[in-house]
Amino acid sequence: MAAPVSACPACDAAALSEATAARGYAGNGGEAQRIILSLPKVHCAACIVGVENGLSSQPGVRSARVNLTLKRATVEADQGVEAEALASYLTGIGFEAYEMDAGALTATDTDKRSRELLMRLGVAFFGMMNVMLLSVAVWSGASDATRDMFHWVSAGIALPIVAFSAQPFFTSAWSALRVRRLNMDVPISLAILLAAGMSVYETMHSGEHAYFDAALSLTFFLLAGRYLDHRTRAVARSAAEELAALEVPRAHRVTATGADEVVAVSDLAIGDVVRVTPGNRVPVDGMVETGESEVDRSVLTGESLPVFAGPGDMLNAGEVNLTGPLTLRVAAAGQDTALHRMADLVAIAETARNKYTSLADKAAGIYAPVVHLLALAAFIGWMVISGGDVRLALNIAVATLIITCPCALGLAVPAVTTAASGRLFKKGMLLKSATAMERLAEVDHVVFDKTGTLTEGNPKLDNLGDHMDEDLAIAVALGQGSSHPLAQAIARAGHAEGIAPAALTDVREVPGYGVEAGWDGQAVRLGRAEWVGAHTLGRTATYLKIGKRPAIAFTFTDALREGAKQAVSDLKAAGCAVTLISGDAEDAVRDVAFRLGIEDYRAGMLPDGKVAEVEALAARGKRVLMVGDGLNDTAALAAAHVSISPASALEAARVVSDIVLLGKSLAPLGDALVTSRKATRRIKENFGIAASYNAVAIPVALLGFATPLAAALAMSASSIMVTLNALRLKASK
Amino acid sequence: MNVLVYLIPISIFLGALGLGFFFWTMKTRQYDDPEGDAQRILSGVYDDAPPED
Repeated sequence: MAAPVSACPACDAAALSEATAARGYAGNGGEAQRIILSLPKVHCAACIVGVENGLSSQPGVRSARVNLTLKRATVEADQGVEAEALASYLTGIGFEAYEMDAGALTATDTDKRSRELLMRLGVAFFGMMNVMLLSVAVWSGASDATRDMFHWVSAGIALPIVAFSAQPFFTSAWSALRVRRLNMDVPISLAILLAAGMSVYETMHSGEHAYFDAALSLTFFLLAGRYLDHRTRAVARSAAEELAALEVPRAHRVTATGADEVVAVSDLAIGDVVRVTPGNRVPVDGMVETGESEVDRSVLTGESLPVFAGPGDMLNAGEVNLTGPLTLRVAAAGQDTALHRMADLVAIAETARNKYTSLADKAAGIYAPVVHLLALAAFIGWMVISGGDVRLALNIAVATLIITCPCALGLAVPAVTTAASGRLFKKGMLLKSATAMERLAEVDHVVFDKTGTLTEGNPKLDNLGDHMDEDLAIAVALGQGSSHPLAQAIARAGHAEGIAPAALTDVREVPGYGVEAGWDGQAVRLGRAEWVGAHTLGRTATYLKIGKRPAIAFTFTDALREGAKQAVSDLKAAGCAVTLISGDAEDAVRDVAFRLGIEDYRAGMLPDGKVAEVEALAARGKRVLMVGDGLNDTAALAAAHVSISPASALEAARVVSDIVLLGKSLAPLGDALVTSRKATRRIKENFGIAASYNAVAIPVALLGFATPLAAALAMSASSIMVTLNALRLKASK
Repeated sequence: MNVLVYLIPISIFLGALGLGFFFWTMKTRQYDDPEGDAQRILSGVYDDAPPED
């Protein structure tokens, strides 16, 4: 092992020995399992070392490797190591991490495809360079036998390489032709095949012009576009697929003996009893059997206020149990839960979006027939002019096909999307759909969901100043005794203010109601209004009762998600109207709308109401961007022109979204809109470049002045111009 | 022009050498994490666990 040169060899040695020691763990002899973690925030060498050493220090971890390009870590570990535990450990040491599905079969599949494309690309490059060198000799004046020999050598290199490298185009063109359709690959395949075929014919007859270099460079440039396209999509697709598996569906089933066993939700049957511990999501629809607690239904309804749940109450999959342990009798699992019934609504809403035609498809739709007609016209025209000289007419027709080559067109879109989606990925946005960027660029109206999207779903105490220090000290002490989010919020606020908790005796949590204790000979209670005997306020609040004194209220506002304010103002600056549509109560919605400067808001909306709103906007000609996370948003997300959901969103919401925000902050939204608009502009510019180049080249080719040298120069020049134009996206700040 | 008899095979051989080298870089997965590789070189820790196969 080579030691690194360093000003401080001791530090390096220490780090090194630590790293090697940790990596040295060879496992417990059992089968290793592979865990994949998503790391949206890693960006530097120090992060890599931090994550890898951090993971290696965990018990049971054999090795850990960060892939910075994909922003994920692959961990080899003993069976029984929980991915969730590793993710929360990493988040704890400052690297935001999420669990992913390790059964990433599809990921290795796309990986194989992209390696295959890269291989073809490399081979095409090798052939192009060799044939180009041989062609230079021909262009600079080789003649007769020498020229023929160069042509034969070129043919020997070019033909097998075309057969190997251009296969993706041939297969795609063939599958389109079989169903009697034209796609971009038909003119491409035709140009490549005709160029190669005619060059062989010319060589055999000692002709002057052979287009072997054109056939190869056409293959190379188009493969480059195809590879870029594939890579961008593969990264997005596999990451999106794995993100969809973030919420690994597991449930704790209570066995006949009363013990717990962890089973997959799909294995549950109606009538089974499952245990839901505080802080966890309810995995199934069911009736509460035993226990009392409060549940957070915000993902289903958008309500931010927790709801009481006791024996006999129905709970839906997706709700979060807050305080006490509950056991549920399963009423519906898997496909039949409320979670999945929403899918029908989504399917209906989604069909509208599938009709979108991308810019590339539109361009191909015009381009493919025009090129074929032009080449055919050239052939017929020259047949007439030359009085039946098939060889000359064919030569010119092929030259037309080659020179109007869709090189620039083939690179125009992928080069831009690669640059733009790379830029967005760096900012923590994952594009799941190929046309998402174009659709995002057209957006002029943004609809936000409130709970979980603009707000974190984390309450924050807002009337701390209204209370006496003594009351606060008791509230903080009681708050520490519960895991309920409101209680925790009081405790946090108290700590932040430096309030010392009062000394309490017999602290006891009453699940579903609150916390009670003894203080200074009196009973004190912190919890629900009816439990402490207070009047309910119209907003999120918890109540403190000390002895016989009337109860006092602690009110809360939902903390805004990081970057929410910036996102709203950026979107407004970009010329978008902003609407807030929430299922929550009027007061809470108005408060958030006011804090963010959103004038247009609706409260108390049901899922189909949200869809109706979005569709009404669309009917008025608006292109709607929907940003939401909850189950009540999924249908609206699917109905919108384009949709974004945060990584913390429910699986169903992420699946229907076009773009997933990988980090916590909403701040990249405004930038995403700007970047996508820029990208679409670049795509159009690229089409312009390709079109103007063709406007010059086509007459030259039709008149029969095109030579292989001119074709090679024009092809490379236009391709490079298009690529450079796309790369401007990356450079601009 | 007889020199071409040697020169053409030599140039093709050299090109093929480059192609072989490219295959090797692909086989050793050097295109999987270009960003990570660029950053790793900056850290003092020797990377003794490059991805295998």
